Amino acid sequence: MTAAPMEQDGYNLRLYVAGQTPKSLAALANLKKLCETHLPGRYTIEVIDLMKDPALAQRDQIVAIPTLIRQLPEPLKRIIGDLSNAEKVLVGLDIAPS
Amino acid sequence: MKTSVRPRIVTRDLPVIAKSPTGIDGLDEVTFGGLPQGRPTLLCGAAGCGKTLFAMTFLYNGAVAFNEPGVFIAFEEQPEDLIKNVGSLSYDIERLIEQNKIVVDHIHLDRNEIEEAGDYDLDGLFIRIGFAIDSIGAKRVVIDTIETLFGGLDNQAVLRSELRRLFEWLKSKGVTAIITGERGDGTLTRYGLEEYVADCVILLDNRVHDQLSTRRLRVVKYRGTAHGTNEYPFIIDQEGITVMPITSSGLAHDAWTERVSTGIADLDDMLEGQGYYKGSSILVSGMAGSGKSTVSAHFANSICQAGQCCIYFALEESPQQIVRNMRSVGLDLQQWVDRGLLRFSARRPNLYGLETHLASMHREVKEFDPAAVVVDPISALMGAGVAGDVHSMTLRLIDFLKSRGVTALFTNLGAGSAETATTEMQISSLTDTWLLLYNRETNGEHNRQLYLLKSRGMAHSNQVREFLMSAGGISLREVYVGPDGVLTGSARLAQEAKDRADRLLRTQEVERRTREIVRRRREIAAQIETLQAQLASEEGEMELLNLEGSAREDQRAADRIALAQSRASRRAASSSSKLMTSGK
Repeated sequence: MTAAPMEQDGYNLRLYVAGQTPKSLAALANLKKLCETHLPGRYTIEVIDLMKDPALAQRDQIVAIPTLIRQLPEPLKRIIGDLSNAEKVLVGLDIAPS
Repeated sequence: MKTSVRPRIVTRDLPVIAKSPTGIDGLDEVTFGGLPQGRPTLLCGAAGCGKTLFAMTFLYNGAVAFNEPGVFIAFEEQPEDLIKNVGSLSYDIERLIEQNKIVVDHIHLDRNEIEEAGDYDLDGLFIRIGFAIDSIGAKRVVIDTIETLFGGLDNQAVLRSELRRLFEWLKSKGVTAIITGERGDGTLTRYGLEEYVADCVILLDNRVHDQLSTRRLRVVKYRGTAHGTNEYPFIIDQEGITVMPITSSGLAHDAWTERVSTGIADLDDMLEGQGYYKGSSILVSGMAGSGKSTVSAHFANSICQAGQCCIYFALEESPQQIVRNMRSVGLDLQQWVDRGLLRFSARRPNLYGLETHLASMHREVKEFDPAAVVVDPISALMGAGVAGDVHSMTLRLIDFLKSRGVTALFTNLGAGSAETATTEMQISSLTDTWLLLYNRETNGEHNRQLYLLKSRGMAHSNQVREFLMSAGGISLREVYVGPDGVLTGSARLAQEAKDRADRLLRTQEVERRTREIVRRRREIAAQIETLQAQLASEEGEMELLNLEGSAREDQRAADRIALAQSRASRRAASSSSKLMTSGK
């Protein structure tokens, strides 16, 4: 689901979901919209379905679903929820609203 | 016809709650089998109560003893710390992890790292637990402590509904789970977990009384099954966790008819010549220095001599000291220690609380399985609790020992006058045999006396005996009962010497008298003899006289005849016949 090529200050985002639940789908849609608006061409989104790969839940310390993790840039950030509150997502990702 | 006290209950095949044994000594008895199988149990208590250790023990025992692999979900501690911490209980968790019998998963939640943006659920947690369970086929799960979620996440409404879902889900997975929770103000848990986990709730407690802490456990609720409702003390030490279902023991122990020697032949004689009853409890009370420990040691010694085991709970002296001291009365206790028949268990009474004492005694008795137990002195435990507690503890200890047929000897240090036949703990009525040891002061010395105040179920001596300790052991002597009262010690010896002198005097007097009589008899016999001799001589003389008399008569008669004849011849021949007569 890579949307754009990586750049130096690019955002490497991981979205953990559990199956195709409404929350998961909403989260992905919300995230995409947000990134297109605020980070056009500067982001990658990796969606991980824990239903398919449950071992990753332990590795990446996932408790709540959906969880969005900002891998890059450092430091690591976690945002949980369906990302419907755009303002909080932007705060969580350290993105200044443009 | 057989009659039964209890109403007969017709049991059809009613569904019974399956239970999952915890393997924790005592807890399975309190819960009649363990935790509800396939259901979550809430384990709550204040910080430092041993919740984590309890939960880990449940998993460990499951993995080791019941072939039920387990998952430990740790919210608070890192797995490495956790493994190290329970290493102190000699649980080798690492090995079990390698063997795929235990999985430890640490869930890290840091509020600062998490931003909440919209609706979420805890599927991630479910997946993790589910994955851990499936990876080893776990039957047991511990979640320690799930309340951390409340600190890490904001949305309480979501949390609560998710927790409810979690417990339902755990049930559907068929795992027996322990959920730990921190005790809250006025509630069992800070966040009211008891609302969700409703099947079984166990409360742990660590109370401090008089600077001594005692851990206690209580089964607050256990749906669908009977359970012990009291608070049960438990101990945590290197051997693990032991819960004492002490109050559960009833008054239904067997009464033994076998006898156990007291180890003192003279005392056996006072007890129908056979000693105590097996499984009875004996109280030896007396003042300091009245010989309580020596009586105990003799008892322990005789048990070991019979090849049986004995535990000596020494609360005031060290084992070495007891062994040394008992050598002075000719007992070699060390040999029994070496042979593994005698075990000394020395502990300071104020080392820990009463319940802990009791608990550890229980465990040692269970472990060592002795035929007899000595607690010397039980009164030392007064320092570890208040009188009422000591009473109930002793009661429970006696019950427990009786139920196992263990003969128990308790010594009690009495204060003040020995005649007041009470104990501070009022345990005298609990015991079957009560020996009183006095140390009476008379004429400037103390002398030991022993009195058998009671001995249930046997015709025992009612005599006060003098109690003598020597290098040959204990011997009991009849006390001197004379016109001056009961005498012991030197007074007895003096009185006995006096008696002996009196007796000697009396015998001498009798001998003297006897001799006198013999002499008199002899004297009288001699007199009789003399008199008889006199009489005989007089009689002899008499006879002689008689004879002479009759001879003279005859002569006279003859003379008369001759005279008559001569007169007749003179008339015939004249002078010649006169010459014949004069010549005669």
